Amino acid sequence: MGQNLPEKIFSAHCGREVHTGDTVIAELDLVMAHDTTGAWAIDPFREIADKVFDPERIVFPFDHAFPAPSVAMAHLQKKVRTFAKEQGIRIRTDGVCHQLLAEEYVKPSMLVLGADSHTPTSGGLGALTIGVGSTDAAVALATGKNWFRVPEVIRIVIEGEMPHGVFAKDVILHIAGMLGTEYSAYKIIEFAGPVVEQWSVPERMTLTNMCAELGAKTAIVPSDERTREYLASQGREDDWEANGPDPDAEYAETIVVDVSDLVPTVAQPHDIDQEAKVEDIEGRPVDQVFIGSCTNGRIEDLRVVRSIWEGRELNRDIRVVITPASRRVYLQALEEGLVEFFMKKGVSLTNPGCGACLGRQGGVLDDEEVCVATSNRNFPGRMGSPTAEIYLASPATAAATALRGVITDPRPYLPQAVEG
Amino acid sequence: MNWIFPDNINTDLITPGRYNQTTDPKELAKICFIEYRPEFAKQVKPGDFVVAGRNFGCGSSRETAVTSLKHTGIEAIVAKSFARIFYRNCMNQGLLLVIGDTDGITPEDELELDIDRQKLVVKTQGREIDVLLPRMMLKLRDEGGIVEYLKRHGLGALEELAKL
Repeated sequence: MGQNLPEKIFSAHCGREVHTGDTVIAELDLVMAHDTTGAWAIDPFREIADKVFDPERIVFPFDHAFPAPSVAMAHLQKKVRTFAKEQGIRIRTDGVCHQLLAEEYVKPSMLVLGADSHTPTSGGLGALTIGVGSTDAAVALATGKNWFRVPEVIRIVIEGEMPHGVFAKDVILHIAGMLGTEYSAYKIIEFAGPVVEQWSVPERMTLTNMCAELGAKTAIVPSDERTREYLASQGREDDWEANGPDPDAEYAETIVVDVSDLVPTVAQPHDIDQEAKVEDIEGRPVDQVFIGSCTNGRIEDLRVVRSIWEGRELNRDIRVVITPASRRVYLQALEEGLVEFFMKKGVSLTNPGCGACLGRQGGVLDDEEVCVATSNRNFPGRMGSPTAEIYLASPATAAATALRGVITDPRPYLPQAVEG
Repeated sequence: MNWIFPDNINTDLITPGRYNQTTDPKELAKICFIEYRPEFAKQVKPGDFVVAGRNFGCGSSRETAVTSLKHTGIEAIVAKSFARIFYRNCMNQGLLLVIGDTDGITPEDELELDIDRQKLVVKTQGREIDVLLPRMMLKLRDEGGIVEYLKRHGLGALEELAKL
């Protein structure tokens, strides 16, 4: 019986061939926890072990609130720092955990456990990257393993021609609108089709990142030449290998999405399946634009923003916050003149990390304020006051909105040459 | 009593990010639903049920949401469905999650779980609801969570869990 890609990766980490429906114990290649989930993993870990399974296969990025914005966060971070030093685990302070994992750690066909719900992001490199909570992380830190149910896999085939002004973010917001927030609960989404095959790894990561919002266990794009190009761009071409499902693999369901008629899309408050066409809600006043996060804080996203702002002034009444996803992205932006360009436009450029996305620092919203954000969640209270309203959008829609101070269709402002 | 919640209750509503900066279970119990339903943490009593619609616990993986709910002393959460990470987190902490059709349950209804028969008895309405309580959920509840389980039986006992 042929295997889909998640079955193949689970099998390689279980020492036997496994199939959908099996409950298995699998060996992990990498375990990640961050400044908050890591802190909560330490007490349960100490109950069951003295030493972690392998400090070389563990990383603790501080990203949710770093540098610490409060005594409470400083306290949590000190707790993680003390533990990491004692165990020989590396702490990173230079970006969103999922971005760092993609840049430096994850290889195709790996099995990765991350104590954060957006761990599916690195599925864009052809790895199986699964999000869990802190107790699961503690078990993994102690044993290098965890238990999994090999889930049903939904295959989503993306085909058609990407229209001008439509990006990977618009595609996944459209899929979220189609399928709802629970459609793929407990299941894995495996992407395929000519559009995904053309996309770069950063675009694929925008797709896999948001599958967390569809309830999925994770999402994966098979590793191919585009994956090799991305790994080469990060200085680690040697980490590349191709992978993919067997030709006769079985899926719970195959869904075909044709993107040819798509237009710029947003998720309206207060859930990610509240799909709307930007053209239908144009003109709504906005207080803040946030460009960043593990969904859309990469160099490719910042280049799109510049292409829209070139030769234009931003609206004076709007606040614009840009948070590069990592120090590597920030340095690249510096090299390309983007940092100076953004500063001269009056943007608040913050240090790499999760930033405003989770409402702890760097752009917290007041009551009834409206924000257009390139991040992945628009729940009430996510970015601050529970009465604030968050519209999720592509970097292009966010950038166009910053020009006029109201929700704005990016298509008239995008040069024809810039492609998603 | 029963605390009734709608579909899609996310973990940001249970323990919002700005309050979510401690590992102390007692402090976390005090902030449970602090903005969404401020009376909850003050009035909830041990043995109460949380009753919800679909996709309870969606969103962020933050386990404080589970710690916070568990340490209010609630008996169980009954919902039409649960989000994946939240479900695992509750199993790991030994907080009972019950999947069943919750339509028609009121705050005043007297509920009783019949675990052997996999039924939720709504005594005040004289009816029973079929529920799903997997063996691993019950085992880890009886053991007091996965940490207590591994402490008692050794790390090698992880393999046994997959055989349940």
